[in-house]
Amino acid sequence: MHRYRFILYRPIQLLPVLIGISIIIFVLVRSIPGDPVRALLGARGTPESILRIRAQFGLDEPLWTQYFYFIENLFKGEMGRSILYKIDVLELIGTRIEPTLVLVGGSVLLALLIAVPLAAIAAKYRGRPVDHIIRLMSTAGLGFPAFWLAIMLILLFSIQLDLFPVAGYGKTFGEKLHHMILPWLTVALALSAVLTRNLRASILAELHSDQATAARARGLPESVVFWRHVMPNSLVPTVNLLAINIGWLISGTVVIESVFAIPGMGQLLIRGIFTRDYMVVQGVAMTFACATVFVNFMADVLTVTIDPRVKL
Amino acid sequence: MNISRSVNARFGWRLKFNSGVVPLIIGISILGGWLLVAIFAPLLAPYDPIFQDAAVRLKPPSMAHPFGTDNFGRDVLSRVIWGARIDLQIATFGVVFAFVIGTTVGSIAGYYGGWVDMVLMRLIDVVLAFPFLVLMLTIIVILGPGLGSFYVAMALVGWVSYARLIRAQFLVLKNSDFAIAAVSLGYSHKRVMFRHLLPNAILGSIVFSMSDAVLVLLNGAAISYLGLGVQPPTAEWGTMIAEGQGFITIGWWITTFPGLAIVLLAMGFSMLADGLGEILGVRQ
Repeated sequence: MHRYRFILYRPIQLLPVLIGISIIIFVLVRSIPGDPVRALLGARGTPESILRIRAQFGLDEPLWTQYFYFIENLFKGEMGRSILYKIDVLELIGTRIEPTLVLVGGSVLLALLIAVPLAAIAAKYRGRPVDHIIRLMSTAGLGFPAFWLAIMLILLFSIQLDLFPVAGYGKTFGEKLHHMILPWLTVALALSAVLTRNLRASILAELHSDQATAARARGLPESVVFWRHVMPNSLVPTVNLLAINIGWLISGTVVIESVFAIPGMGQLLIRGIFTRDYMVVQGVAMTFACATVFVNFMADVLTVTIDPRVKL
Repeated sequence: MNISRSVNARFGWRLKFNSGVVPLIIGISILGGWLLVAIFAPLLAPYDPIFQDAAVRLKPPSMAHPFGTDNFGRDVLSRVIWGARIDLQIATFGVVFAFVIGTTVGSIAGYYGGWVDMVLMRLIDVVLAFPFLVLMLTIIVILGPGLGSFYVAMALVGWVSYARLIRAQFLVLKNSDFAIAAVSLGYSHKRVMFRHLLPNAILGSIVFSMSDAVLVLLNGAAISYLGLGVQPPTAEWGTMIAEGQGFITIGWWITTFPGLAIVLLAMGFSMLADGLGEILGVRQ
């Protein structure tokens, strides 16, 4: 259990990071030119009504007071009210978080389903044509703009073959599944390119490790050596790569959400930025940051679980 | 026996050498090709990239317009050719500022260590955990849409990777004999850092900058796709894809060709990075 002790003190180390992020988000959002109240009231705004609404949202207080309100509310689990939607930001995020979670989770799963077999084949037939083809595909895959890939998939599967809907999310489970297949495929294709390259390299290194040789010497069949000994160790760097890229992945899904018109957090963020809906932008950005930090923490836990030698 | 062994040894050496040389040559050819296209765009492009000809709206690829025309009757091939200028510029400037800032910060953190290193590393943690798109979108909205804002955003986010790479190298190198020798000769910190240590530490960053260029290029195109980067009617690949998306059912060529151009340029950078990394023995 000793090696799991970091679970207790890591959150304390992460606190300054989250505070730093909250300050940057607060300053950035307040630097966006334009007045949210004017944007909300438009031509209807009289000087009195503008003042009243500014006071209602606490916008007439000094900046640092606003920041402390923001932090205080965060600890109480409140993120303020959306100026545009007129409901609690937390509630708003609650209605939008599902599509984003489904998109990110499904894509990661699908990417692993693509990358693990491909990397295994490429490593097994190293230097043969199939290895070269897989490597070439993953190099090309790195350079595919996700939004363009999405449009090409829509063109092929939705417009030409009429298999999947062009955009949207749907209401029932079946509808959602049907709507999400193309977005999953888009993100997974881009992500699996990165994962395949990385996993292939670590499998190759692990195939010649002492522990693999020892397993072979004990007379274990090569397939057992590969799946029980080589693969788990090779997955450690890949899990960490996934965790490091989670921020990038979340950013990528924002663009994909806008191509497929999926009503998720990304759409909320973009709309929030354009309407100067401070509380919403803050809330979404903090949620993204916490998710990134949390995923990296979980990756550490997973690393320690897979590889008992690792000390954190 | 002897001869065959020496041939084998030679062949083996060749194979190892080749495994980096092939991607390197392909990468340089692709990048060189795009560079020539960008430089000679006025000579190569058959039409003016922003000239609108209502008579040839939404025409599929033909002899007169090999990549077809868009909804304004503009020649897609000419726009792809002129777009090379903008997209090469995006990949270059998006990387250069991050490279310079990151290298400087990483050198200072790695060389001095102590509290300087600790503060800079915490800052790096914050930037790494920061939702990258939030930073980019807000900076672009604050400074106004356009490539200048995009470069600022990329520099503010991208320096982190370079700083980490250089710092890790410096931590090892600063205890090597030649560094200690330089210090004991009484050279200034600046001279030891930038004349002795940096040249030995920078190879990995140069290789990384090539694969970073791919990410920057894709980000630049994505930002333009969201309408926050290059503004119409300027020909840029991401903007072209966004403009063509609405006509996808009646004109697939408007979005397909600029996308292929991005893929090809990105492959050039990736291959160059792979080849360089292999030849120089830099693991990524």
